[in-house]
Amino acid sequence: MWRQVLALIVKELLAVLRDGKSRMVLVGPPLIQLLVFGYAATFDLNNVPVAIYDKDQSQASRDLVARFLGAPAFRLVASLHSEQPIDDLIDSRQAAMVLVIDRRLTRDLLTGRPAPVQVIVDGRNSNTALLIEGYANTILSDFALSWGAAHGVPPPPAVLAMRARYNPTLSSRWFVVPGIVALLTQVVTLLVVGLSVARERETGTFDQLLVTPLRPIDILLGKGLPGVLIGVTEATVTILAAVWWFDVPLRGGLIALYLGLVLFVIAVTGIGLMLSSLATTQQQALLGAFLFMVPTIILSGFATPIANMPDWVQDLTLINPMRYFLVIVRGVFLEGASLSSLVSQYWPMAAIGGVSLAAAGWLFRKRVT
Amino acid sequence: MNQAVRRMGGLLRKEFLQIWRDPSALAIAFLLPAVLLLIFGYGVSLDARNVNLALVVQQPGPLATSFTSQFGRSPFFVTHSFQTIQAAEQAMAAREVKGIVWLPSNFGRRAAAGGGSPIGVIVNGVDANDARIIEGYVQQVWAGWLAAQARESGHAASLSIAVEPQVRFNPAVSSRDYLVPGLIAMIMTLTGALLTALVIAREWERGTMEALMVTRVRIREILLAKLIPYFLLGMGGMAASVAIAVWLFGVPLHGSLWVLTAASALFMLTALGMGLLISTFARNQFVAGQIAIITTFLPAFILSGFVFDINSMPGAVRVITHVVAARYFVAILQSLFLAGDVWPVILPNAAALAAMAIIFLGLARAIARKRLD
Amino acid sequence: MPPSAKAASPALRLEAVGHRFRAGKRAVTALDGITADAAPGAITGLIGPDGAGKTTLMRLIAGLLRLDAGRIEVLGIDVVRDPLAVQARLGYMPQRFGLYEDLSVRENLDLYADLQGVPPAARAGRYAELLHMTGLGPFTRRMAGRLSGGMKQKLGLACTLVNPPDLLLLDEPTVGVDPVSRRELWQIIDHLTRTAHMTVLFSTAYLDEAERCDSVLLIHDGRLLGSGPPGSFTAEMAGRTFFATASSGRRRLQARLAGAPNVIDAVIQGARVRVVTAAASPPDADVLAPDLPDLAFVPTAPRFEDGFVARLRALNTAAAPAARPAAIPNAPVGGNGGGDMISVRHLTRRFGAFTAVDDVSFQVARGEIFGLLGANGAGKSTTFRMLCGLLPASEGSLRVAGFDLRTAAATARGRIGYMAQKFSLYGDLSVRQNLRFFSSAYRLFGGRQRDRIDWAVNEFDLTPLLNDTARDLPLGFKQRLALACALMHEPDILFLDEPTSGVDPLARRDFWRRINLLAEAGVTVLVTTHFMEEAEYCDRLAIMAQGRVLTAGNPEAIKATARTSALPDPTMEDAFIAIIEAAAAHSATEAA
Repeated sequence: MWRQVLALIVKELLAVLRDGKSRMVLVGPPLIQLLVFGYAATFDLNNVPVAIYDKDQSQASRDLVARFLGAPAFRLVASLHSEQPIDDLIDSRQAAMVLVIDRRLTRDLLTGRPAPVQVIVDGRNSNTALLIEGYANTILSDFALSWGAAHGVPPPPAVLAMRARYNPTLSSRWFVVPGIVALLTQVVTLLVVGLSVARERETGTFDQLLVTPLRPIDILLGKGLPGVLIGVTEATVTILAAVWWFDVPLRGGLIALYLGLVLFVIAVTGIGLMLSSLATTQQQALLGAFLFMVPTIILSGFATPIANMPDWVQDLTLINPMRYFLVIVRGVFLEGASLSSLVSQYWPMAAIGGVSLAAAGWLFRKRVT
Repeated sequence: MNQAVRRMGGLLRKEFLQIWRDPSALAIAFLLPAVLLLIFGYGVSLDARNVNLALVVQQPGPLATSFTSQFGRSPFFVTHSFQTIQAAEQAMAAREVKGIVWLPSNFGRRAAAGGGSPIGVIVNGVDANDARIIEGYVQQVWAGWLAAQARESGHAASLSIAVEPQVRFNPAVSSRDYLVPGLIAMIMTLTGALLTALVIAREWERGTMEALMVTRVRIREILLAKLIPYFLLGMGGMAASVAIAVWLFGVPLHGSLWVLTAASALFMLTALGMGLLISTFARNQFVAGQIAIITTFLPAFILSGFVFDINSMPGAVRVITHVVAARYFVAILQSLFLAGDVWPVILPNAAALAAMAIIFLGLARAIARKRLD
Repeated sequence: MPPSAKAASPALRLEAVGHRFRAGKRAVTALDGITADAAPGAITGLIGPDGAGKTTLMRLIAGLLRLDAGRIEVLGIDVVRDPLAVQARLGYMPQRFGLYEDLSVRENLDLYADLQGVPPAARAGRYAELLHMTGLGPFTRRMAGRLSGGMKQKLGLACTLVNPPDLLLLDEPTVGVDPVSRRELWQIIDHLTRTAHMTVLFSTAYLDEAERCDSVLLIHDGRLLGSGPPGSFTAEMAGRTFFATASSGRRRLQARLAGAPNVIDAVIQGARVRVVTAAASPPDADVLAPDLPDLAFVPTAPRFEDGFVARLRALNTAAAPAARPAAIPNAPVGGNGGGDMISVRHLTRRFGAFTAVDDVSFQVARGEIFGLLGANGAGKSTTFRMLCGLLPASEGSLRVAGFDLRTAAATARGRIGYMAQKFSLYGDLSVRQNLRFFSSAYRLFGGRQRDRIDWAVNEFDLTPLLNDTARDLPLGFKQRLALACALMHEPDILFLDEPTSGVDPLARRDFWRRINLLAEAGVTVLVTTHFMEEAEYCDRLAIMAQGRVLTAGNPEAIKATARTSALPDPTMEDAFIAIIEAAAAHSATEAA
């Protein structure tokens, strides 16, 4: 039996690798996407255009402005001399933030009254707005504390000592790049596997397989294992790129990572084979793969946390294998998560893989045209 | 001329009859955007609410109590008390809490004595964005507590700067209001390219294209006859999406409807033009489908400014985003929904969309030949 | 253009037409130096096997492909220079005519009337004429997708004719159409040329249709093999065609005669063997087969196909594989002893409300070649798929070598060989990789696998092509490779679904030579076909229409049912039509 399955696997790999176009789909787009998305998908603030209206024009206010401009997050686009252009700057998105320093700044600082500083933020991108607010708050309270210390003002009863565990600089690339490992693995595996049965149905070779002594389990293995092989290879390349190119720390063990990876690829392969067996044409299979891919990526926690979703959507994500793998890949990369701490992520993927593969094997024979 | 009008009439009637009788096109145009918008509209949110936070108070006291109760009042946090920092760290490793606020045993003493008593804040930095937002919330709680302390004690404020934040267009900083318009752009990119790529592939697949080609029909008539019905369908899907956004998700629509319609029309033309171009390039429907997926969904998701801010991307990537049509539409939609008819935003983006539409449609027209090879 | 000028010049003029395209890495010459004319008001037949270049030529004439060499003039207009002007005056019905299946008959006509610029005032009359001619009058509101295959072709033709063209191009309109519809299509085409003086270019792979044309262009491998009236092809074969009979059995006789000197063609036709000689004299029975005392030759009239075969043989005398006596080793013996290898009782298959196969019963004995004959949609492929275990039956029982293959263990499937209708091997894999894969799938490994692959390579002359990608093979070689893969494991039963559709006559003869040898060795063969003439090769056959078996028996007996005084020697097609018409009359009386 194993020799038959091996023959199937060799055939499947040859069919993918002998064809120039399929080779391209496996190599070109994933690499380009890894590079472009690795750099593009960032929540870090860089070069945020800011405008500053300093009404005080004092030593203190210049000090404050310098603190803003010293941060790489901000880029000065305009120094204002009246309030009038503020609206236009924000409306037209030329500035995402306008800092207005009141004329009373120095006086209030010296008299111990809270000195008002206005931070006007463009809320159209609410996430950026929140982050800008956070940055501005930090800079302002740092300024206040150090000004107070220099001028003998008693310090507040307590100060915050913030630390970020696992990702001390809070680089969102560390968060996103491991996510891309999951994203590209899913896309490539699905494209390879999701069309394989439909393509054979369309060309008639699937009938040819069904009349040989091959059993459904042989065909299932012969179809599934190449997908797993390609998916794992693709993921390995992405992981290497994450470590060597994007300098994301890989803190956990490879066993924990690859156990998750294999289970994930099996689950995606199972779903791909299932979709593929349901479809009668490659067109349908492609559409099916697509309609599966879009929601599973968006509702996976790749870009937006699952915890923020309403409960019913959170329940829906329980059948999404990518959600579990994202926890594993980020956990192993950044937290150094151990095999045992990830058990709750492994078994749902194994279950999804088992169910979908069984369904695919059943559909091979049931689905007739 | 009369003949050309009659040919177009015939083609258009055929196209509408087919759409009417084959529900799949209608489903892609209306059902798909509605379902996607519903799931994503509810599912995609960057607002951290009910963040699980570990509070470690090693020595209770009045100051510690007043500080922790400040967290209880915050809508952002669900607090869990831990006795030791080790226990809290374990909970964080098990992903049960996202952050830890730790008041060491000498907190009360130092705060009362000279001030400047450190409060340990540890957040799980894996999701850097989430972590930043949580840090911001903690900072707000802390600043609020300081102000309350100052009021109670009657001392001068210990923090000498009063930040007056003002968030324009989206005062509640609701991420849904910002994400839903972007989602509309993304979903319409999908359906636009999918619609045309699929219907043209179908004509090739069934051999009807060959039969059309040998009649007196011009290639521009074939392209136009495809463009018009699916343009109307796409605009219908767009209207449905806007209706869902406004009435179901309560996203404010500050801009005027006609600007929205005009901008959507421009964008539909770009998306359909891209679909036409793909299907003229790759007559093989399989390749067409793959190209459509690779060139529409992921770029529209990641490079359009829909979730990830384009300003923060490296320069080279920012250049690439200029060829993603969704980028312009996202910018227009976000302004139209949340700010209004902001011409300095709308005009340049609309011009870019128009240019892309002209390029795509022009290329499709130039490449398409009344030939089979 | 004045009508006098039109009448004087040919409607279509081809001058050294050439076309190339790329298939994979190879550049393929699809057409090479075709020079020919088509007379106005006549039917010109474009005859040749699949891949000969018929469709390419049609598309070039219609201005749908790039012309690489030469010149094409339609009604005096250069196609390359003004394709739109040509398209305005020509009607083209592609092989799979693009009917919009979700549009009704009437809506399809409306669409093409709009596209071809028929003024609304003229439509009512034109529609009435076309609907009458095609017999589609009662079905104007029916969706095109719900018409039968023959009706679809007639509707396609009607759409092409909405605005009467001066030149009508028909690309294989009769493929897969049942004989009755085929005859009706020909009547329409005859009518068009006789009364409307339309020029028709008609392509077909059915050689018997050549004889209905006024003039024939015979193309093979992109080259013109001959042209002229069909009579000129048969005339040169006069005195060279005979029926041979002997008591030894027709298959043995055919195998004997096929490789004999002076014989260029020997095919089974019913109980006799039809022989074509190289010289105009009957083969010498005593020299050929002294051990067959009762071998006798009777002269018969030549056919168009004889001329084609003679020309093909002259082309590739060196590479004629048929001359080699073939040996099929290891004749399968044992197993279930004698008796029926295939047994089908009351087999029925429904798809929703539609009954594709309706109460079909037949038996096939060991070593028998059994044919299922019928048009597309007659139910033969559905029956075939149920037998192979690819489709469950709705009712009835079926046994193949004692098993129902759908539920049987995998080993039972190891006893059958299967060759699908269209080429269904892995196109991305090389010839060697295909052979290796299929032998593994049939559980051949190690030395045994090597032996069988070597056997297949030698038997089917695949050595020079071993590393070629299967997709790029010429059609005849694809078919050989498919048969090789199906025979890898020496099956007891061979299922062949339309195995020879589209291949040239020599490849078809070579194929049947092998099948005959297999049957002689005891392999049971079930074959489906829509070639009437191929039915003659079968030991027994069943004729199917609309899911039912209309009649079953040996070819002679079936032909005999149509024998009348007016038709003393009916062909299989005559018999088929007679049977269908009788069945229609029967159901009509039953209904009344």
